[in-house]
Amino acid sequence: MTFELKSVGFAFGLTEASFETPEAGLVAVAGPNGAGKSTLLGIMAGLRPAYTGSCLYDGVEVRKWSRREFARRVAFLPQMLRLEFPFTAEQVALMGRTPYAGGWFESPEDHAAVERAMGITDTVAFRSRDFRSLSGGERQRVVLASALAQEPRVLLLDEPTTFLDLKHQLSMYRILAELGRGGMLVVSVTHDLNLALQFADRVLVLNEGRVAGDGTPREVLNPELIGRVFGVRADVSAGWVHYEI
Amino acid sequence: MKSSGFFGPIAGSLGLLILVTVIAPLIGSTHIELRRAFAHVSPDFEIFFYARLPRVVLALIAGGALSMTGVLFQCMLRDPLAEPYTLGVSSGASVGAVLGICFGMRAIGVVSLAGAALVLLIVLGVAVEGRRLSSFTLMLTGVTMNSMAFAIIMFLHNLAGFSQSFAISRWLMGGLDAVEYSTLGWLAAVVVPVCVAVTVRAREWNLLSVGEDWAESRGVSVTTLTTFGYIAGSILTGLVTALTGPIAFVGLIVPHALRLRFGADHRVLMPCSLLVGGAFLAMCDTLSRTVMAPTEIPVGVLTALAGGPFFFWLLRSRRSSLGL
Repeated sequence: MTFELKSVGFAFGLTEASFETPEAGLVAVAGPNGAGKSTLLGIMAGLRPAYTGSCLYDGVEVRKWSRREFARRVAFLPQMLRLEFPFTAEQVALMGRTPYAGGWFESPEDHAAVERAMGITDTVAFRSRDFRSLSGGERQRVVLASALAQEPRVLLLDEPTTFLDLKHQLSMYRILAELGRGGMLVVSVTHDLNLALQFADRVLVLNEGRVAGDGTPREVLNPELIGRVFGVRADVSAGWVHYEI
Repeated sequence: MKSSGFFGPIAGSLGLLILVTVIAPLIGSTHIELRRAFAHVSPDFEIFFYARLPRVVLALIAGGALSMTGVLFQCMLRDPLAEPYTLGVSSGASVGAVLGICFGMRAIGVVSLAGAALVLLIVLGVAVEGRRLSSFTLMLTGVTMNSMAFAIIMFLHNLAGFSQSFAISRWLMGGLDAVEYSTLGWLAAVVVPVCVAVTVRAREWNLLSVGEDWAESRGVSVTTLTTFGYIAGSILTGLVTALTGPIAFVGLIVPHALRLRFGADHRVLMPCSLLVGGAFLAMCDTLSRTVMAPTEIPVGVLTALAGGPFFFWLLRSRRSSLGL
């Protein structure tokens, strides 16, 4: 149940990427702006079917999966969710059950799955509040709850912590790492190499549409690679990266 | 959603619709009695069955279809300001009608419908890229179509004679008239099934109203759904506009009022907008017949004048309850 990518490319953003994901664990995807991180994630999520090369999930080309079957296995979180309409937090979380929808109303299993997801993400307290009235951190947790309600085996996240403060960044990654230890494959795009070092089981670095590094955080995030890819002087000590221009 | 959260609003909306349907035909510049109308006593019979009832039924269908399309287009475009007239089809209907008036044709409705159909095909032809249809291109194509149609209308209006010019202005204001029962029959035969087909997919509309990637990554085929929504909304708007001309505001205000009251779930919103939209337009039309009787006020004037303040009130009460 892994992703296998062979020479995956896209009209813009991604030239040629090949790698295989593990079965479970937290994989951080890093790289400078325009390296192709979001494009790559979009291809893996099935949102960019016009890719070249081959992107297999569970041995089947991603664009050939039925959307509904795929959504029961792979969940995708956008960078930020902006709503125009007054959905409550619980309604947003319940939308994750769409791939299982059989009728007009949600089933008891749907409600049970949402209950669990909202428990994990600590969002039960504001379940009936208008999503738009929540803070950035609360919103991101509700969106995560919606993805977990899909009961996926794979979670793909595009910079989930961009709009979060320090505490919420850490708690988001703590949840993701726990999910990874629990047997889920979590692939998260991040700009923060220290978060990757602390929490990820594996790091994939992209540069100019190609894979520039792939391995454990300590192997990959070395001063030489950081200097080459990100163009900053870096120093790794005591498990932390320090950088300067 | 729990079933109680669904049936409550539906029952309330249905109650309102029934109430309006019963009361509206009894109100008017001439006093009539329901008993005499059903006993075929003249003139109550004629006034009730040939002047007022068909007009009320037309208002119910037209108001329902416009509100439904408003909900649909706001959802598809994720734009609270979208309305049935945003995506160009009603402009096409207007161009058709204005052409019909200029060339002295009798069947204005038919020409108008042809105009709407033509615009539907043009917009789809332009907006579909490869095999994808994004709401963004749909919006731009529709808005462009509106401007072009408006230009054509101004051009024709400019060439028209005095009486034609009056007819054009009157048509563009929109309004309801008593129509044949057969017309109401085929109108309902199209509007009701289309509305049902749209409503059945309410859970998918919920996801699309959040975002295209959001919907796609939860198993919804966005291009298929958007194309379906555009065609369905265009059929509803095109048909209604061909019969009534453009009636402002119903498709904007009823969806928002219902969202403020019942939330954003399309399973509640869509059926309620059909019922309440119809009741709202029938009420406005009753007012337009009676307020300055025997002079009629164009119903579009009333929908905006009566709906606007009500909407302000709703907005304010909601804001204070949210603590915003």
